[in-house]
Amino acid sequence: MSDAVSVLGGAAFSGAIEVADAGLCGMVTLRGDLSDPKLAAAVKSAVGLTMPAARGIKEGTKGAVAWMSPDELLLMVPHETADACVARLDKALAGSHFLAVNVSDARAVFTLTGAGCREVLAKGAPVDLSAAGLPIGEIRRTRLGQIAVAFWAGSETEMRVICFRSVGAHVYSWLCNAAQKGTLPGFL
Amino acid sequence: MLILTCPNCGVVADETDLHGGGEAHITRFGADASEGDFESYLFHKKNPRGVHFERWRHVYGCGKWFHAARDTVTLEVFGTYSAQTLTPPKALQNKIKKKRPDWEGFKK
Ligand SMILES: [Zn+2]
Repeated sequence: MSDAVSVLGGAAFSGAIEVADAGLCGMVTLRGDLSDPKLAAAVKSAVGLTMPAARGIKEGTKGAVAWMSPDELLLMVPHETADACVARLDKALAGSHFLAVNVSDARAVFTLTGAGCREVLAKGAPVDLSAAGLPIGEIRRTRLGQIAVAFWAGSETEMRVICFRSVGAHVYSWLCNAAQKGTLPGFL
Repeated sequence: MLILTCPNCGVVADETDLHGGGEAHITRFGADASEGDFESYLFHKKNPRGVHFERWRHVYGCGKWFHAARDTVTLEVFGTYSAQTLTPPKALQNKIKKKRPDWEGFKK
């Protein structure tokens, strides 16, 4: 059994906000017919949550579920349970047209902590990052600089950013640079 | 800067979140077509001054394709609509006609 490690082994930076490698996060991509009650039941049994609305993200005690596109969800579970989550979905959805894949190790996750997280992301994403533009409970897929990312606010002082692992080190240094002390515009 | 609302996910997306897919509603001639039809499918694209219909992909977002109707001169966006249609919705065509009375109308 290989020893799983996150992209930057828990690196952390402190500036205008805190930027940190979120460590190992279990992630399962689920594609299928999101209006199918069978799929909703499978999601409920996997993470204990009901279906999110378009662009929505729900977080609970067993995990989280995010709406990624009209036929795609992202389930977030503890890293060591991601394979079991896929097996559970495979069983629950057998016979349907669907796809469940453990993508945990293809991704990197960063946490941003502090009052300025929205401003740090606003430096590189073409998104209205005000609390009205990206409310809590909504996830946004977009770009940060030239890199595809997804991010959401869990609260007004904590946000999470997901990107591909191959660009994880770049995104981390981008975030640290954007979070240098004294560089937040104070616009939001 | 062009801002289009993706009808698939509802995001109001900046042009840089999107990928342009060229003229919409073109007929795709295949390998059995005449040389003239195949050439026109590949190369002879409309480039109007004014009302234009285009394909766009929400590439950094939900990843899905959609259609957009806009004015190539003013960049006014008349609307966006599903990729799963061969012609622009009637309501959208009427809306454009109202705003641009001189518009010749949608032609395939
Ligand atoms: Zn979209």
